[in-house]
Formats: sequence, structure tokens, C-alpha cells
Amino acid sequence: MTEKLRAAKSKAASLLEQESIIEPASRLQSLRDRDTLTRFDRDTDPDLQADEDSSFAARLKFRDAARRAAKDKRAEAGLPTAEEAYNFFTFNFDPEPQQQRRKKRQSRRREAELEREHEGEEESEARDEDAPLVRDEEEDLFIIDQSAQDFLEVRRAEYIGYSRRLQRERETLFVPSMRPVPASSKLPENVRPRYLEEEGLYVGERPHVCLTNQNILENRILKQAEGRKWFGDDGCIIALPDPIKESSSRPPLFHLEDELDPALQAVYRKALKTKHVNLYIAGMGDPQADYQLDVDVSGLIFSHHPLFSREHVLAARLAQMYDQHLTRQHKNLTRLLTDKVTQKCASKTKLPALSQVTQQRIAEYKHEVRHTRQLRDVEQEKDRALLKSIIRVWKELKALRDFQRFTNTPFKLFIRREKVDGEQDEQEFENDIMAEVSELEAEAEEDYQRKMSEYRRQHEEWKSWKRKQKALKKKQKKKRQQEEEEEDEEREEELGEEPEKPEPPEKPDTGDLEEQVREKAARIRRKPGEPVLIPELTVSGPITPNEQCPRAEFARREDVAKRALFIKVLYNDKEVSRTDSRTLNMDFRVHFGQIFNLKIVNWPESIKLQVFESVGSSTSQLTEVCVPVPESSVLTGSAPFEEMEFSSNQRVTFNHEGVGSGVPFSFEADGTNTQTLLTSGKLSCCVSWAVGEDDVPLAPPSSQPGGGMYSGHRQMDAIACIGASGLNDMKKLGKWAAESRLDPNDPNNASIMQLLSVVSSGDVAVPEYFRLEQLQEEFNFLSDEELQRSRRFRLLRLRSQEVPEFRHFKCVPSMEREVSEKVFQDYEKRLKEGEIIDTKEHIDAHRALVAKYLQRVRESVINRFLIAKHHFILSDVVSEDEVPSIGVLGWNLFKLAEPKRPLKPCRKERKKVTAQNLSDGDIKLLVNIVRGYDIPIRRPYASKPPASAKSGRSFTEPFTAPVSSQTPQQGSEWPFGQVTPLVRPFVEVSFQRSVLQTSTAEGPNPCWNEEIVLPFSAPNGDYSSTSLQSVRDEVFINIFDELLYDVVEDERERGNTIHTRIERHWLGSIKIPFSTIYLQSRIDGTFKVSTPPVLLGYSKERSLGSEGGYDAVRSLSEGTFLSLFITIEPQLVPGDTVREKFDSQEGERLLIASEVFEKEASGRFPKRPCLTTVIDINGKTVFVTRFIRPLNPPQELLDAFPNSPQETAEVVARYVSLVPSLPDSVSFAGVCDLWSTCDQFLTLLAGDEEEHAVLLCNYFLSMGKRAWLIIGIAIPEGPTAYVLTYEQNRYLIWNPSTGQHYGQYDTFCPLQTIGCLISSDNVWFNIQPYAAPVRMSFDVSKPNLWKAFFSRAFPDPGLSSVQPEGLVYRHTDRAVAVELQDRIEKVLREKIMEWRPRHPTRWNRYCISTLRQFLPKLELSGGREVAEEHRLELQSLLGEYRISGFPLHLPFSEIRPIIEAVHSTGVHKVEAPNVEFALAVYVHPYPGNVLSVWVYIASLVSAH
Amino acid sequence: MTSNNPAVFLLMVNGQIEAADFPEYDDLYCKYCFVYGHDWAPTSGLEEGISQITSKGRGSQSLVWNFPLDITFKSTNPFGWPQIVVSVYGPDTFGNDVVRGYGAVHIPFTPGKHTKTIPMFVPESTSRLQKFTSWLMGRRPEFTDPKVVAQGEGREVTRVRSQGFVTLQFNIVTKDMKKLGYETTSEHSAATGLTRTSQQL
Repeated sequence: MTEKLRAAKSKAASLLEQESIIEPASRLQSLRDRDTLTRFDRDTDPDLQADEDSSFAARLKFRDAARRAAKDKRAEAGLPTAEEAYNFFTFNFDPEPQQQRRKKRQSRRREAELEREHEGEEESEARDEDAPLVRDEEEDLFIIDQSAQDFLEVRRAEYIGYSRRLQRERETLFVPSMRPVPASSKLPENVRPRYLEEEGLYVGERPHVCLTNQNILENRILKQAEGRKWFGDDGCIIALPDPIKESSSRPPLFHLEDELDPALQAVYRKALKTKHVNLYIAGMGDPQADYQLDVDVSGLIFSHHPLFSREHVLAARLAQMYDQHLTRQHKNLTRLLTDKVTQKCASKTKLPALSQVTQQRIAEYKHEVRHTRQLRDVEQEKDRALLKSIIRVWKELKALRDFQRFTNTPFKLFIRREKVDGEQDEQEFENDIMAEVSELEAEAEEDYQRKMSEYRRQHEEWKSWKRKQKALKKKQKKKRQQEEEEEDEEREEELGEEPEKPEPPEKPDTGDLEEQVREKAARIRRKPGEPVLIPELTVSGPITPNEQCPRAEFARREDVAKRALFIKVLYNDKEVSRTDSRTLNMDFRVHFGQIFNLKIVNWPESIKLQVFESVGSSTSQLTEVCVPVPESSVLTGSAPFEEMEFSSNQRVTFNHEGVGSGVPFSFEADGTNTQTLLTSGKLSCCVSWAVGEDDVPLAPPSSQPGGGMYSGHRQMDAIACIGASGLNDMKKLGKWAAESRLDPNDPNNASIMQLLSVVSSGDVAVPEYFRLEQLQEEFNFLSDEELQRSRRFRLLRLRSQEVPEFRHFKCVPSMEREVSEKVFQDYEKRLKEGEIIDTKEHIDAHRALVAKYLQRVRESVINRFLIAKHHFILSDVVSEDEVPSIGVLGWNLFKLAEPKRPLKPCRKERKKVTAQNLSDGDIKLLVNIVRGYDIPIRRPYASKPPASAKSGRSFTEPFTAPVSSQTPQQGSEWPFGQVTPLVRPFVEVSFQRSVLQTSTAEGPNPCWNEEIVLPFSAPNGDYSSTSLQSVRDEVFINIFDELLYDVVEDERERGNTIHTRIERHWLGSIKIPFSTIYLQSRIDGTFKVSTPPVLLGYSKERSLGSEGGYDAVRSLSEGTFLSLFITIEPQLVPGDTVREKFDSQEGERLLIASEVFEKEASGRFPKRPCLTTVIDINGKTVFVTRFIRPLNPPQELLDAFPNSPQETAEVVARYVSLVPSLPDSVSFAGVCDLWSTCDQFLTLLAGDEEEHAVLLCNYFLSMGKRAWLIIGIAIPEGPTAYVLTYEQNRYLIWNPSTGQHYGQYDTFCPLQTIGCLISSDNVWFNIQPYAAPVRMSFDVSKPNLWKAFFSRAFPDPGLSSVQPEGLVYRHTDRAVAVELQDRIEKVLREKIMEWRPRHPTRWNRYCISTLRQFLPKLELSGGREVAEEHRLELQSLLGEYRISGFPLHLPFSEIRPIIEAVHSTGVHKVEAPNVEFALAVYVHPYPGNVLSVWVYIASLVSAH
Repeated sequence: MTSNNPAVFLLMVNGQIEAADFPEYDDLYCKYCFVYGHDWAPTSGLEEGISQITSKGRGSQSLVWNFPLDITFKSTNPFGWPQIVVSVYGPDTFGNDVVRGYGAVHIPFTPGKHTKTIPMFVPESTSRLQKFTSWLMGRRPEFTDPKVVAQGEGREVTRVRSQGFVTLQFNIVTKDMKKLGYETTSEHSAATGLTRTSQQL
């Protein structure tokens, strides 16, 4: 043995030697290879050869070669060293073409220089050595007789003239020109430049070089001889695309340490490995928790190895087959299937063939039995085939052993015969066969039956066809005599259709069947009575010892003994450990039995085992096996070993008995039947999580994102739960299970069946979708359903969504049970209301619908706004003073000279307060009531009718309170008759349920000058600008007349007691919405008081005013006026409108132009509003002129006054004003101004001033007037829209929401500033110095006064209108109006009674009926012409009573405003004991559901 | 007052605004206020306060206020845990009162004594000219509401400059937190307690 070993060693040594010999050879080989390479180069480009050589040398030994090359002859011939070349190229940055050539050329020159230097050195050295100078000097030293003069020559300084010097310089110097070189000089003669780019070749981008530099270079090159070589075909300097190195080749600068600032010195710290590498296991923060993977590598079995002998191959095959046999035996599928067949047959027979269902069932059973039988047959055949092949292989093996006369493997196969009871076996066999045969027969019979029926059917068809044919033939015979040819054709056609006569099917041959079955049985089954063969493989066979083996086999065994194997364990592609090296045994099994404990920090991504084989000192990797990362439930101790199959495709051949792998070999002597086997085998290993000392698994928690991505998925993956990871398509599995009719009783299927039951019962399913945030579920601390269910969470969520009801909800209870359902009631009610139309609130169904629609628009806009609210700009967060401009500074300086207390002080701007840190009571509304004009006076007793009734009134007169002759008894009603003043008015301001009033003044033009301070509280205590803007409260300013009645009954007491009753009579009111005040921050001016058309007992004061002077001007606009100043203290910053970019269908150019136009306008006149684009109801930007288009007003209105266009215009304006107005700023809290088209407006029946103005303007246009839309500022509305018309050489300004109109020179025109005019085709911006209508010109054709949007530079692109072509008006049903009228009256009556809780309310029916008749007349006259006689009639009829009352006129939108209006008049406040009331309501329908509501309310006090 | 099923938990804060470190400025005073969520309500104590003006001592660099804080909150939900917002003011070279710093910090979660040092900052002027004029006029940019510094919203539009530090000391007592399922004290770090709290939320 030892000898052998030695021999082997020596052999190995010799082998090694051989190898070492081979190695240099290979090196040589490689050198030779390179040589050939250079040779190849030389062939192609001989010039480069030398260069190439030197560079190669440089590569080998850089410095040496450099030195050598300098001395080299070739180098002397003008070739550079690599170093020089390197230096040269690093210092030369010229873009040069074709590096090789350049290298050569440049280097040659450089080399020449170098050479010269060398020579110089040598010369000097030579001189030094020879010291010729010294010798000369020595010689010279003796010549003393020559003085200094002999050596020195004194001459005049030589002067070279400038021009000569230039000339000389020109000879030697050359200044290259900076001009571009003409292409012709760069190219050889008669050659045109050729551009490679144009030919389609790729030309790289050259680095940028300054053009002048390039020109200089070109000029310089051209100056030299052969300069043209530097230019390419295209006349440019040949250059590489980009020769600049990507990385810097400059060596880093090293400073001495002393020079460094000590503060900047680097301090060395030992490198720390961060624990938090990406992919570290979560929860690794605390160092105690460590995770351990145990990798147990138990062993390795080769199923093929290159050192296998032929016998081994066979033995391996045998073993494999035997294994297979064993597993089959274990499963015993045949037995199972046989049982199944018998069972099925039995159950089939049990079923009574009665109903359709059972028939079906039986058919199914039959099918199943057949199917199972087939399966069984297949299995049986396989079993048999396996058995046969085992025996065959064993025989082969034996033969081989005999042949080679030695044994390599210990395998031995015994075949045990098991005797069977012959008769019983026979019986069973026969039974089985018979059963099968009968089944087949039945099947065949069935088949036959089916075919028969088919046949019969076909036969029947054929017969009927025949019959027809016969009949046809008879006919044809008759016809034939007449026309033969045609018939012929016909007949042929007929015959062509003849169906084949069906053949009756053959009767199945049962005898044949039986034969078939028997034959098959014989093939696949054990013959009856034949003993059962049971193979048994043992490894007890003796192996021929080495000495007895032939040489080749011996060599193989030697080789095997030399081999050793070891396994490397790689964790996350890093080698963590390796097993000991174990020698390969003769049976090609390697046992390692090593366990590696891996303490891990990083997440396991992959665990790999690499199998290495070492022969002597050389090792080679055989293969690599990936081991799956175990589930966290797989723990050491319980984890089973897994056998990993591996194979390697390396080719190995041997010259001994070893068959090798990857090479064909043959068992046969003649070399036929070759096989190729690859090295393969099984690696048995086990990877599991370790168990700690206290039985705690050292596995990361399974909820951790194991493997990064999949755990969320895994949770849902039921299959993964039961351990069969990888199968995760539940649906497919279920389908497959259903299709394959899995046997639920099969233990193999148990887990799947269980799983399927889970799947079908529960809703555990693998999601089919891809989840973007797959980890979201991990972070959810509650399931979504639970989150939905919980009231507390719902409350919290709603609050964070800023749902209005919950936005300021404080202290959400901490416990679920403390949140009551009541909290959500309001909210849910509101949600529900969205769907149900509450007709009770709104009286009119249509209006309810509109209100709902508006509500929805409002909500969506508010949502948009809420989002926008969270975008801040700097001024929201930081308060900063504006930079004072020079102008302001100058003005401030100028102001210093101002008087300290001017006689007419003007109001100073106050500091604005952002509405953030405010609370209730901080904000106050200041109303300063200055004075009133033209307040109606009590009807005097016997004064004559004032003449002004017919004074120069134009058609503009909207209001008349004509006074006619009074009856004397009327006067007696006023107790203080002559002595009391005409009127004692006071003003009452009510806002948010707080009512304050001024002192009482006297006379029709009173002066109060009083300030009323009203507290303001925002809804919900929310003082953000949003909520302030949406405050819908209005300030009511009412003027009352105070009447005093002496109620002293007893005349005697009059001396010392004053007992009067105060009564107040409503004269008029002004309504100002809070939002207007808020947005404008102050309202200052004289307002027209809306007074009722008729005030019983009052008349306009006329007689006092003279006809001339100021009053004359004033009288142009009739009515009562009130001077007011309203503001908020402290001043609030109005919320900025959210500048959102709305999408638009307008052209980009138009949008830009409009932006520029608006910007320019606001730059020049910041106070004048300019409008070019607006937002329509869909939230899209629309150019404003698109809204203007002539639209027809209702025909009814046009027909009313066919002769008077003026009156028609007024009626139309009145109609427009009857559409209720709803300011956008209220509905769309400060977000934006939405414009709706006229049809939308009329459908919604609610809109802003703009909509009114657009509609009115469109009506006027269709009536043939010249009309424009005015965008301006008015009081009290603020920025608004009016309508301008031009007729009879004068301009009229119409207020569309009241229907009033004013002349241009009307002093009380509410319009204060005119910003721009809009027509259907253009927009003009006012660039006049004044913006008040009185002081400006409306001639838009003057470009110096009006700047047009569309001009010659930017013509109108022809914008189509967004308005409909015409408006369709629905006739409003009279009955509906009457019904509404009744309802309003009822509601109002109830309300008045409700307001008078302490007094009985009596109704005077007579008066009511009179008033009712009176109202339609008022409507007819438009509230202007009062039927005076009717009033007189009323007075006479109600002579007994003191009557005070008035009609109110309102557009109808809802009932609430009507109630408010009635309430604000305070009629119900009369507390006289014998008071009676009268209330009449009249609703007049206009086309398009526009309703005009009149409420006549009066109080009557009995005169007695 | 001990009930087994409390509806609210209490957080009692007392402590003081100890001192400030503003290297260049002197004669400063500070204001504080608390910012808290909807579910919080102060039950006693002062929500806002303004301190005396303090000057630097001789040789010492810190400005000492020792301004006491004492407030008790009740809450049902740790969301919106109170923050203290401190803003420091003082005269500039012309004697105008200008802001010297804003800062905010959450009240500590865990009971016990805590010392917090909060960095202070002021908003920057939008331009150099603005800066000059604001310096000249003594009207430096200020936050419209000091509570801005306790919120994340809208901060992206501002630029600030850091100014100095204010040191605060808190003594925290909580009641019924655990009963409501919020655990802020644990043997581990405060961070784990925080995560647990947020899970309970």
C-alpha cells in the first residue's frame, strides 16, 4: 500500500513537473500570440510597427524600456520613448488628428532635440575630459604682452533703425494671423472639401476650441512645409472626437504635514462598520437580539462522477431504479387504483337507475371508472416495466462483472418470489378481465347505439330525399317533351345534391374485445398464478481488491483515492466557512457531517454551497447549489434534511477505466449505443434557524419584511402558510383540484384538500393586483373595516378632513363608548339632504333643485379652496414692511410740512390685522350714520299738493309719491298736528341679532353724525379669512319715524304727567351684506334707501326745495338717501382670492395677451378693475367677450309697450332685476368669481351682478340698442358690472340688479369708477385721467382715452360666443303663482303672530281684501304709478282707522328673505291695544319662472 | 378623584425658561405660548406669558430669566401633544423693539425632569434692500403668528437665520396615561415609547 502511495506520489510529482513545463510553454505561447498580433499590425500599417513594439515594451518594463529605447537604434532613427511620448502628449493639448501619426511625427521632432541634447552633453563631457580649454588657456597664459586694449574694442553703440529691425524680425518672426484660413489653401489643389457628416458617417463631436485660437493654429501650420498634411478632407484640422481624458491624470498634490493648518489635519479613526447597512434585520437595534442560521452539511452522493467505472454507472442506475421501485412500492398506487375501481363499480351498481339525476350520475361513474382503470393500467405497466428494467440492469451488471472479472460495487440484487394462491389469483384475474370486458362491451354498445341512431337519422333524410327525387323525376318526365335541354341542366343540378346513402354501422365484436383485454393484461400484468417478484438490493457484495484488478482499473482507483472534496458555504455571496476536505470513497459518497452556525446581521438573501474537488494541490469547483432561505418556523432539530440535486457540465476524460463525464462512452464492445453522462449528484444538507439556550428560536420575527418584499404577500398566501411555498396561484390550484378530481381521502392530498376548503370557505385569496405600497398593511394597526366601524376613528378622520361640522370639534373622547351616535346626526342628515329635495323649505320645487345644484357647486369649489388654503405665500407667514419707494419717501417728507391738525382731516389707513389670532368680541362693526336726505314726511293736514309732482321729471323717475288733496279729517289723526315737525326720523342698525339705534332727529334732511358700534362674532368662532368671507349676515339699516302719542286719559294729569306711547313707522331700509364690508374694508358714501312705492300717511317732501341749484340736480334722482360710513374695527385683511390656474380652451396667445393687458392696466391704474378673462361655471377660463351676444328678451315684455321703446327697456331691466341675486363672494367664499351664461343664469335663477349685467346687456343688444358692459366699482357692491347704453345722444348707466338707470351726469349714480367697457368684439380699458362717469368720455373710438384689447397689432381672432343662440322662456303657470302666493301669505301671518307673543293679533279682513286688489295694479305700473284714487278709496273706506303701511316688493328666491324683510320693517311692533293688521301678498309670474312678490303690510289703529 | 375608567389623561408641566444665549444681543425678554391639538385643553395655569427684560451679567454671556411655567393640560388623545413656543424680543441699536428669535419644542412625553435647549431663529428679509430698510426703520420681518414655528405647514415659503439658544427646564407629571393605554415610560429609550404611542393612537 505504502509502495503504491509512494508511486502515486511520484506520479503526482512528475505530473506537477509536467505541468510546470507546460506552463512556461503556455506563457511563451501567449507571447507568440502577441507577436502575431503585431505582425498583423505591421502588415496593415507598416509605419506603426516600431511604435507598437516600443509601446509593448513599455508595457512590460516601463522605465527600463524607456531608457533602453533611448539608446535603441530604432529610437535613434527618430522614435520616441514611451515616457517622452507620454510627457509630450500630456503637455500638448492641441486637438490633433490620428494619434498614431501625430505621435510619430511629433516624437520625431522631439527626438531630434533630445538627440541634440545628448550630443551636446557628450561633447561637453568630452571636452571636460580632454580639457582642451585649459590647454588653450595654458597656452594663452604666457602671452602677457597683449594689454586689455588688444582684446577690447571700443565702438559706438550700434543702432538698428526701427524699420530695419522690423524687417529683420520679419525674417525670423512670424505672427500668425487670426483670420480664418480659406479652405482652398488648406486642401490640395483642385480638391473640393469632403464632409463625412454629409455622407452619413458618424463624426464625433470635437471639443470646443476658441475660433481665433484655431485660426492662429491653422495659419501657423500652413506656414510650415507640408502643413497641409494636418488637414483632413473637410479642410479642418484632423482631430479625434474628444481626446480629453475623463479622469484627471495629474498626480495629486502632496503637502508636507507641517504646512497644513493643524485644524485641517485629518485624524485617523479606525473604520467602523455601520450596523445599519441597508437590508439589516429590523429590530437589530438592540444587540441582544441576534439571529443564527444553522447550516448542516451532512454529505454528498454522486450519481455520476467522471471516475465512475462502467460498473459504477450501471450500479448507480440500478440503485436509482431500486429507489424508484421502493418509492412506488411505498405509494402503492396500483393497489390504490385497483381498490378505487372496485369501489366505484360497487357504488355504481348500488345506484338505482331511476331519475335523470342518477342516470347522469351513473354515466359519470362509468366515465370515472374507465378513467381510473386507464390510470391503473398505466401504473401497472410502469411497475412492470420498472421491474423488468431492474432485472435487465442487474443482468447487465452481472454480465459486466463477469466480463471484466472484477467487482467494483457492492450491489447485489436478490429477487424474492412470493407464492400466491393460484386459484384465487386466477379467479380474481378472470373477474377483473370480465369486468373490464363487460364495461368495454357496454361502452361499445353505447357507441353502437349512438351510431345507430345517427345512422337512422341520416337514413331517414336520405329516404326523404329519394322520395322527393322520384317525385321530381316524374315531373321532369312530363316536362321533358317540351324542353329537353333545360331539364337536363336542372336534373343535373338536382342530382348534384344527392346525399350519400348512409352505411349502417357495424355491430361491435365482443369476442374481439375480450381478446384485446387479455392481450393487454398479459402485457402489463402479472400472469395469474405467477409468483410475485420482489427485488431486494443489498450492498453486501464483495469488492475485488486492488491487486486483483487490471491496470486501468487500478489507475482509476488510484485516481479516486487522490480526490478530495470540500464545500464552501456562501452567505449572501460571501464565503463564510468551508468544510474539511474529505477524500472521495470508492462508493462515491462523501460524508461531512458538519454544522455551521452563522450569526447573521444582514437579511439572508441567498445561501449557497459550492462543491470543490481537489486533486493534489489544484482545486476546481464542481458545482454550486443554492439553498433556499428557511422560513422562520424551520428550526434546528426539527428541520428535515433536504437533498439538493446538482450537476455540472464540465468535460473530463481519463485514460483509465473512469468513464469521464460529458464524453460519450459505450458499454458495448463495438462502441455502439454510446451514452453521455454528466457529473451529478445529491447534496444532503439542512439550513434552519437555531434555537437559543432558553428554547427561543433565534429567527427574526416572521412579521418582519422577510426577504424584503414578499412578506405582505406571504400573509395572504395560504399555501405558504402550510409550507408549500412557491405554489401561490390559488385559483389555478383550485381549478386543477376540481379538474383532476383529487381524491379527498388520499393522505397525500390532505394538505391540499384542507387548503382548498379554507379557500372556498374563507376569502383567503392571493390578490391579483400589484400593490404599490405593499408594506402599508404592515403598518396598519387596525383593519380598514374596524377603522370604518369605530366611531372615534371616524370622528378623528372627519375632523382632519376639515368637514365643516367637525372642523373645530374639541376633545374627541378617548374611548369608543363615549362617542355617541348623535355626533354624526347633523352630518349624516346633510349628506342625505344632498339627495332629497326638501320642498317645504323652498316652496317651489324648481328653486329647491337650483338651491341643491348651487350647494353642490359650492361644495366642490370649497373643496378646491380648502386644498388651496394649505398653500402659503410669504406674506401669510411673515409680516414684513414694504420697501418705501422714493415717491413715498418724498411724500412723507412733504407731509412733514403739513399742518398738524388740518381743518378737513382725511381718514388715515389703519394697520391691517390678519384674522388669525382673534376671538369673539375682538371685531366690531362701526357704522357711522352721517345724515339723511329727502326722508318722506308725514302727510301734512291741509297743505296744498306740492308742485314738484309734475316738475321736470324725466322717464327716469322711478318713484312717485304724489300727494293729492287731503281730506280734513285725515289731519285729525295726527295728534300733534301742526306743532310737531314733519318727520322725526331715527336710524336703527341691526346686525347679527343686535339692534342699536341713533337718537331721533327732526326734519326730512336730518343730520345724526352718530357712530354705532356693533359686535361681530364669526360662525363657530373661526376667524380665518375663509370663514369671514362666507359670513352671510347682512347689516340692516332702517329708517323709522318716531311718533309720539299722548295716552294720558285724564286731562287733569296732563299738567304733571307725560304719558306718551312711542310708535315707529318704517320708512325705508338699506341692506349691506357683511361680505361687502369685509372685502372692501370700508364703505363710505351716500346710499339710496329702498323705500316702498307707497307709504301710507307719508309723502315726499317737495315743496321746500326750490327748483334751482343743488336740489334741482338732486331731484333728478328721486328717493331717500343716507350718508354712511361703515367699517370693521380692527381692519381685517381680506383673504386673497386664490389665484388658481384654471384650464382653458382659449388660445395660448390670447391668454398671454390678456394677461399682459391686465397687468399693464393694473400697473397704470391700480384702482381700476380690468377684466378680460373670467371663469365659467365649469371652472374654465373664458375670454369675456364671448359672453356678450344679442339675446331675445321674453316676447311678453316687448309686447307690453309696443310704442315706447323707452318703457320697454325699463320693463326689461325690471325683469332682469327680478332674478334674485346671490353674490358669488358669499356662495363661493372668496375663491373666485364664476360667470354663468344667460341660459344657466335663468335656469339657476340666481346670480351675481355680472350675470344680471350680461343678461341685460344682451337684451339691449337684441333690442337694437348700443350697449356695453361696464366693469367698475360701485357703492355699496364694490367691484361690479353695470350696463351702459347709448340712446338719444346720451349715455345711460343701468344698475342691472335693481333695474334702475342713471344718466351720465347723475350725482347719485352708485357707480364710482369705470374700469373697462366690454362689447361683443372688444374690451376697452379706461386710460382717462378720471374714472368717475361724470367726468369722462364714453367714446371708445378714441385710442387716447380707451385702450382696446384687440387692435391692429392683435386682431380679434373671431371668438365665438358661449351664449346660446336664443333663449327659450317657459310660460310660468299662473296657478303655481297663486298657490305660492297663498303659502307666503300663510307663512307671513303665522310669523307675525309668532313675533307678537304677548299681544293678540287681529286681522282686518276688509282691509286685506282691499289691499289685495291694490297690489296687482302696483305690479302693472312697475311700482311707479300709484293708483292714487285707490288709495283714497282705501282711506275713505277705512276712515275710522289710523292706517300706516306700505307695499314691499321683492324678487322671489326663497321665503326666508321675505320674512326677514317683513320683520325688519317692524310693523309687528305696534303695541297699541286696539291695533289690527292687514297683510296681502301678490305673486306676479313672469316668463321663465321669474316671480315678482309684493307684500302689502299695514297696521290699523282705531281712531276711537 | 381616582376613577378606574378615566376619560382623559392629565399632563402637568412645570418648569422654567431658564436662560438664553444670544451672543450679540442684550436686554431681551421673551414670550411663550403653548400650541396643542384639538383634543387638548388647559385645565389650569397660564397659557401665555411674557417675561421681564433681562440683561447680561458682567462677564457672563447668558441672559437669565428663570421665568416659571406652570400649566396642566387634559387630553383624550396624544395627537397634537402640546408644544411650547418661545419668542424672544429686544431692542435694536435704535431702541426699536425687534424680534430676536423664535423657537418651539414639544413638552417631553415622559415624567421626570428634562432640560431642553432650543435653537432660535428669525425670518429673513426678502431682499437686501428690505433688510436695510427694516434695519433702518426697526421693523424687522416677523411671523404673523409665532405659532407658525410649531407647525410644519407653510414653512417652505420662509427663510430664516438662526440666532441663539434658549434653555428650558420641564418637570413633567402625567396621570392616567397608562390607564388609557398610552405608555410613555419604558425601560427602553423614549423612542420606542413614542412608536408605541403612535400605534395606540
